[in-house]
Amino acid sequence: MDAEQLSRIQFGFTASFHFIFPPLSMGLGIMLVAMGIASVHTHDLKWRRLALFWTQIYGLIFALGVATGIVQEFEFGTNWAVYSRFVGNVFGSLLAAEGIFAFFLEGGFLGLMLFGGTRLGPRLWLAATCIVVFAAHFSALWIIMANSWMQTPDGYKLVTVNGVQQAQMTSFVDVMFTPSFLAHIFHVFVASWTAGSALVLSVSAWYILKKRYLDLARASFKLSVWPFAIFAIVNLCLAGANQAVEVTNNQEVKLAAIEGLFNDQSCAPLYIFGWVDESAQTTKGLHVPCLLSFLSYGSVHSTVQGLNSFPQSDWAPVNLSFQAYHLMFDLAMFFAALGIVAAGLYVWKKKALRWRWLLWLCVVNVVLTEVAIIAGWWTAEIGRQPWIVWNLLRTSDGVSTSITTAQAAASLIMFALLYSVLLVLFLVLLNARIRQGPPDEAEAAADDVAQLPNTLREIFRRRGAHALVPADAVAAPPPPEGVQQ
Amino acid sequence: MSLADLWFGIFVLIIAGYVILDGFDIGVGLLHLFAARTDDERRRSLNSIGPVWDGNEVWIVLGGGVLFAAFPPVYASLFSGFYVAFMLVLLVMILRTVAIEFRSKRTAHAWRATWDTVFSAASLAFALLLGIAFGNILAGVPINGAGDIHQSFIDLLNPYALLVGCTAVAMLAAHGSFYLDLKTDGPIADRARRYGRWFMLAFALLGTAVVLVTGLADYHAGDRYHSNPWLIIIPAAALGAMLLMWRFSSKRQPGKAFLLSGTMIALLLVAGAVGIYPDLIVSSPDPGNSLSVDTSSAASNSLKVMLVIAVIGVPLMLIYTTGIYYFFRGKTELGPDSY
Repeated sequence: MDAEQLSRIQFGFTASFHFIFPPLSMGLGIMLVAMGIASVHTHDLKWRRLALFWTQIYGLIFALGVATGIVQEFEFGTNWAVYSRFVGNVFGSLLAAEGIFAFFLEGGFLGLMLFGGTRLGPRLWLAATCIVVFAAHFSALWIIMANSWMQTPDGYKLVTVNGVQQAQMTSFVDVMFTPSFLAHIFHVFVASWTAGSALVLSVSAWYILKKRYLDLARASFKLSVWPFAIFAIVNLCLAGANQAVEVTNNQEVKLAAIEGLFNDQSCAPLYIFGWVDESAQTTKGLHVPCLLSFLSYGSVHSTVQGLNSFPQSDWAPVNLSFQAYHLMFDLAMFFAALGIVAAGLYVWKKKALRWRWLLWLCVVNVVLTEVAIIAGWWTAEIGRQPWIVWNLLRTSDGVSTSITTAQAAASLIMFALLYSVLLVLFLVLLNARIRQGPPDEAEAAADDVAQLPNTLREIFRRRGAHALVPADAVAAPPPPEGVQQ
Repeated sequence: MSLADLWFGIFVLIIAGYVILDGFDIGVGLLHLFAARTDDERRRSLNSIGPVWDGNEVWIVLGGGVLFAAFPPVYASLFSGFYVAFMLVLLVMILRTVAIEFRSKRTAHAWRATWDTVFSAASLAFALLLGIAFGNILAGVPINGAGDIHQSFIDLLNPYALLVGCTAVAMLAAHGSFYLDLKTDGPIADRARRYGRWFMLAFALLGTAVVLVTGLADYHAGDRYHSNPWLIIIPAAALGAMLLMWRFSSKRQPGKAFLLSGTMIALLLVAGAVGIYPDLIVSSPDPGNSLSVDTSSAASNSLKVMLVIAVIGVPLMLIYTTGIYYFFRGKTELGPDSY
């Protein structure tokens, strides 16, 4: 293997590992906001206990997301220097905008959110959580903008500077809103929310199975089963379907690769699963006749272009993209089915809480949502090959020219070892935290919530930062009328 | 002054912001094993930086993004040319992050001792790597006409860069000691202050050596000061800040000493940046290959768009960052949600 192949593997590996965490911070963030709203409105201690518990898990997920995210920003320069010179004008601006607008907001307010449970009143804590969750989405927005530009570049012109070609920005709005952007961001957001609600659902189901924290577990089961069902259905029928149409419109050869379609075909089939024999140019498997034509063009008689309509040098690895895409697609159908069954049984006299097989399915489901998200990412990125920027720059031309095979191999081994350790530690700590459970009622009630500042004015009027201790609390101004309990 | 010059200035300020802010939590990491000895003290040490270190680290992400956007060839050449160094930076950054997050998640002594050591060692390696990178930038690197830097990691560890690296370690340890003194009380604060004074002394000696070597030896960064002697005012101001810092440290006013050490760090980085300007990467054997502000900047359209982004985003960011520091002011106390 040479430096290029090693760099491809390294980027794919580190990006996939990183991509475990941001969807969870967005999806779990939405759940945390829901718990915070419930806590503020009902003053029921169980929501506060749940929010305290999930905030700690959020902190763990966020830390790994940040640590692995910096790697991604550096790797464009370290491994893909030629690509970086080519796209810097356009792509760099989006990354810088992410840093200034979103990442600072996220990193700054995260401290308030993680350490705010015992320092901020419920309303301000909710506000801090909302800001962090908004920032997590805003951050993803810029990253997806940058990725969408690589899929469907727009708003640029090609200029040769000092003998090297580069893309220069002609319209920032066109760079931000390329033809694939809205479809991508919709799909990524809904998929992330599906994964986040699946995480809460999973832990709730496990507590119910183990008969622990039953009142909390039932509450959070109810809180997460509805969003999970709705997000899973929306993701399959709207976001995912819309994304497929976008690929049809903008990247026909990618569509042909992910469906394993070699020859132009009217009434083209949609595969449920299958295997592509690339040398024989055949695809075999379970399929629904004509459905691909119908979904792509709205008519069963439409012709879908096959791979052979395009030069073979422009094909993505066919079977690999096919398998990644169908893994995601099949799992998406499973999530929708599970969501309907679980939510349906819950409505029907809370039967979902009694059927152990269903609860166990909910427990393992969160892992499947992560698998589906990464498979979807692979579909987008492997399906884009051989281009690093669609139709403009080939991946093989984008790699750094100054790095050696030994350097690339050493860093790949380093990441493989480091990330394996991180994954094990993450799972061990997550497991320990879940087993330890939410704070008990006495513990959560011990924080004198009513004493905590619940408006910005109170914060900036107080003398010390930690007016929790009674001595300081006496000096603190009395809580305004808004605070009850 | 061109738009590219302006962005060079902004980039230098972002790096200064990064070294001042993440610098103090790196400094706390350097002192962690020595200044904080009991479990309670080590938790205090970690929690003094707990709510803010994440936000501090964002500055380097921003620095990377701005370099990528405003000077794409510099970002590409530097990151690919210093490949092994950047991979090590990533390694120590990740280790630091997980050490802070994981350390107090279990109570076993071995678990906590391991992560305490990882935190401190990674902070030391990080400070050293930052200094070594800065030293090589000041000294110049062998960059060819295509913008590729062919230099092994061992070559980066030249005596001058190692000297700058050690200076950075001493500087950030002193910087962190003021912060730790400010945010804690009792034995941990006393020890932070005591070690801080030794590191200040070490920094004064090493820093003087760096200035002398840069000025006397034939380094590019010194040339500008030879031709424009009045620029000496910048390092002189840094020296003034250092003396004042020493004074406030003696009077045990860690807050003021901390502010002055931050000012000094910013002035030293500006002094270095002025030295290499108008180049961003100095080519040491063949100056013709240097990547300068003018030849390596992005097109004016991108720079303008980014300026609009910065004008909107940066004031907002500064306001709420200040607010967050204000909220967490005062001595660190341990609560149920602490590390």
